[in-house]
Amino acid sequence: MKAQLKKISGYGIFANIVMIALAILMIFPLYWIVTGSFKDAAAINAAVPEWFPSNPIIDNYIRLFQKPALRWLWNTVFMAVMAMALTCITAAMAGYALAKKRFIGQAAIFSLFVCAMALPKQVVLIPLLKEMAFLGLHDTLWAVILPTVGWPFGVFLMKQFAEGIPGEMLEAARIDGAGEVRTFTTIVMPMIKPGIGALAIFTFISTWNDYFLQLIMLNASEVLTISLGIAKLQAEMATDYGLIMAGAAVAAVPIVTIFLMFQKYFTQGITLGAVKG
Amino acid sequence: MKKLLALFLTGGMVFSMTACGGTAKPADTSSTTMKEETPAEEQPSAAESTAAAGTETEAAAADITLWTYPVGKFGDAETVNSFITAFNAVYPDIRVTVEYLDYTSGDDQVTAAIEAGTTPDMVLEGPERLVSNWGAKGKMVDLADLWDEEALADISATSEAVVAACKSPEGVFYEYPFVMTTHTMAVNYELFEAAGALQYINEDRTWTTENFEKALQALVDYGHSNTGVVYCGGQGGDQGTRALAMNLYGAEFTNADHTEWTMNSEAGVKGLQQLRDWADAGLLSFDAGIQASDEIQLFANETLAMSFCWNAANQLTYAAQTAFTPYPVAFPSDDGVPELCGGIWGFGIFDNGDADRIAASKLFIEFICDDATQGIESVKATGFFPVRSSFGNPYAGTEDEERMATYASFQKWLGDYYNVTPGWTEQRTEWWNLLQRVEKSGDIQAEADQYAENCNAATAAASK
Amino acid sequence: MGKNNSLRRNRVLVWRETRAAYLFLLPALIFFLGFVIVPMFLCLFYSFFNYTMDDFSFVGLQNYIEMIHDVIFRKALVNTVIIVIVAVPTVTAFSLWVAAVIYRMHAFTRSFYRCVFYLPVVTGTVAVSVVWKWMFNKYTGLFNYVLTGVGVIDENINWLGNERTALACIILILFTTSIGQPIVLYVAALGNVDTALVEASEVDGATKFQSFWKVKWPSVMPTTLYILVITTINSFQCYALIQLLTSGGPNHATDTIMYYIYYEAFKLNRYGYGNAMGIFLALVIALFSLVQFKVTNSGKMD
Repeated sequence: MKAQLKKISGYGIFANIVMIALAILMIFPLYWIVTGSFKDAAAINAAVPEWFPSNPIIDNYIRLFQKPALRWLWNTVFMAVMAMALTCITAAMAGYALAKKRFIGQAAIFSLFVCAMALPKQVVLIPLLKEMAFLGLHDTLWAVILPTVGWPFGVFLMKQFAEGIPGEMLEAARIDGAGEVRTFTTIVMPMIKPGIGALAIFTFISTWNDYFLQLIMLNASEVLTISLGIAKLQAEMATDYGLIMAGAAVAAVPIVTIFLMFQKYFTQGITLGAVKG
Repeated sequence: MKKLLALFLTGGMVFSMTACGGTAKPADTSSTTMKEETPAEEQPSAAESTAAAGTETEAAAADITLWTYPVGKFGDAETVNSFITAFNAVYPDIRVTVEYLDYTSGDDQVTAAIEAGTTPDMVLEGPERLVSNWGAKGKMVDLADLWDEEALADISATSEAVVAACKSPEGVFYEYPFVMTTHTMAVNYELFEAAGALQYINEDRTWTTENFEKALQALVDYGHSNTGVVYCGGQGGDQGTRALAMNLYGAEFTNADHTEWTMNSEAGVKGLQQLRDWADAGLLSFDAGIQASDEIQLFANETLAMSFCWNAANQLTYAAQTAFTPYPVAFPSDDGVPELCGGIWGFGIFDNGDADRIAASKLFIEFICDDATQGIESVKATGFFPVRSSFGNPYAGTEDEERMATYASFQKWLGDYYNVTPGWTEQRTEWWNLLQRVEKSGDIQAEADQYAENCNAATAAASK
Repeated sequence: MGKNNSLRRNRVLVWRETRAAYLFLLPALIFFLGFVIVPMFLCLFYSFFNYTMDDFSFVGLQNYIEMIHDVIFRKALVNTVIIVIVAVPTVTAFSLWVAAVIYRMHAFTRSFYRCVFYLPVVTGTVAVSVVWKWMFNKYTGLFNYVLTGVGVIDENINWLGNERTALACIILILFTTSIGQPIVLYVAALGNVDTALVEASEVDGATKFQSFWKVKWPSVMPTTLYILVITTINSFQCYALIQLLTSGGPNHATDTIMYYIYYEAFKLNRYGYGNAMGIFLALVIALFSLVQFKVTNSGKMD
């Protein structure tokens, strides 16, 4: 008994050390960005690292907000929230149908979704660009939102969640005379809520960070996003690191907020159902 | 029709969601039209008639867009807006919208805009993009009427090379330039003084290859082993490494007709071999992990004793960070007569098929480049030098006079503007890849031949 | 008569169920067909053309033939496969281990760690790569500063400028930016494993390790599959880091297919060739995903 205890704590110490080391590696970039945003150019680029701003300045933030940074932020939030909402709704419905309905063409459609998941979005950028130009949507935020919603990750994830809904519950609802829509909203939705929470976060963050799609689809300053805005601060022969770090710090605020907001869904228990290929 | 279809499509999708999901927020339909510009202040119509009367061209009302790469203060909204205000005082009916590009992603955005058919009317950059890339691919408008006899004579008086650079091999002008500069290198004056290396630089800021080596040796002996770095982690600022390798033994980068790449010549290979030998002797180093901006940063924080990517604008940009004197010098050459790479910037017009907008764009370009007062302001905003000899010295009497005089003294070594050779884009990638191989390879001649072969293939493909 | 009736009723039921299912699928299908399938077919179509900024002519399989003979493409393929083979198991194993360590912690500590591991995802690629680029810098970077400081190395290493280390550096960054989502999913999945089952196995005398392997591992299998698939796809798509840090160098040591596609399509405007490589990449990824489905599903088919 004693020996076992000792062994466990030995492993515990090891685990803790590794965890703390990993945590430092994870935190450091953001720490460096936040502290860097309060340094002047000479301090950021000093040959000997300055661990903490010895001479903190807010100049970078002042310069950032002289640019339309709030507009960028608003555009990005609009884009990410739209993509998130549309993805969650369409994916929840489709995932439920694929998991719980037996219908003609089911296997074919599911295989199509899964195969398409393999296709990197960047690969179809040129065709997507042509399509958006044809629809007259190039250079609008919809050109980023629509393809994001179309990507089948969400459907796949939601199907995995919906597998966990007991068939008896759906049967019971049907016997009670509930229609399809009511069954979906009163039984299915509450059961897959944690899954929707997870999908919401993932979609929000990946849309937020999908720099390249935004770069190709958006030009006009009225539709610039924060990632594009930050990238524009890099010049060929001089990079304004202070400004970039201030921009990155500001951009991180909404994402961290969303993460903390939706985090409670993670604790309510996400269960991915059995996989049926 | 397309717009309608698009609206219908998005509308349909949103509707189907609201219908089935019941919880979907109806999409803000106004956001499909979000792109449309916010209305500018109405111009008093009285000003219109007076202004129109004052100009010989009928200035039809038009909305035009300009995309600028960050050429000096042309990357800065405040400056550009003040120019547009000045322009609108003369042409109140032409509304100019500006978008700012950067050198990291700007090309990708232009590519996307060309493919999507949403190109701007005007773009501000250099001949390697306007002439040899978009111009050669038939995306730009012939600017022959801006290049009238007066302009041609005035710009030729400064440099025939500028005129040559702005037209295609077929003689079509795709760029109307207004500023130019010569790219130099720079050394840390105080460090060179302390290491006793200043003696190797001539009064006129040139030096020979032999003396350059002595200077490197002096720095190393002094204990500053990070002398200079042949950066090759990407294409950023590659004119510096090109000029360095070319000048050491007087190689030509291309042939005179700009149809063939020639750094695999005896002189070219000798220069590359020399860089490698210095690296092997610990006198300088190659670095495939950094590009020009990183190198300049290391120079600015005194890690490196010299930068190979320098010009008038860089000195200004880095002034706040440098606690020493960056001393601009020419690239070392075997005969002491350097051949420096130039930079030329100006405007091009994308062919959007709208005669009114093209005409309006030409008026704008003419105003920014040629107007007696605005032209000088435009030049000053870039921190470079006018291409028009009639502009004289725009910096005379300003606090920049002395600094700019130093940089102006390099203009006489301006070399051939080979950037307009077809296949330029491919060449840029081949170049830094070549440098990466030079660092490691045992056979520099073979590597240079490989480089020239690849580049020439691209040139042949581009000019077929 | 009765049999006929029930058959018909059955058919009516199937039809009703099918109609309902398609109505539920409709919104997703509209987006999916419109913005994934249509571009995908266009992509396939373009791949048979010499499609550039000023040319659009049919060349048949020419792009694919060029691809096979393209030395850089082959190098990029090898690098991509190395990234996937190293990153996917590491990310999956590490995230499972981290999740196993933190899921039993106090709620606050658990939230703390979950947040911490999510930070690199949150920070955004452009900003994160700026910091990493500085950390790897040969002259003023953090790694050289620390390693020379403690005496592990005598001479500064050019991390990103060296063929032997550059790809490893990219994989390290990829690792830190991909581990967040799997940890979140694993923590949730482990929290849902039936505790009665675990206790039962421990009463039966199973060690911690055995109970983990016999009870928890099968329960988190669906999560593992999902994580494997998304990590594989993300690793195959590694491109932004390359563009921001090495441009594929030194000596093509960090070229990936995705970056090469970007380079050919957007820098050289060879859209047709880029699309051909894109089709190839999609097929490779589909193959990998399929294998993962088969492997993780085998032995537990229901």
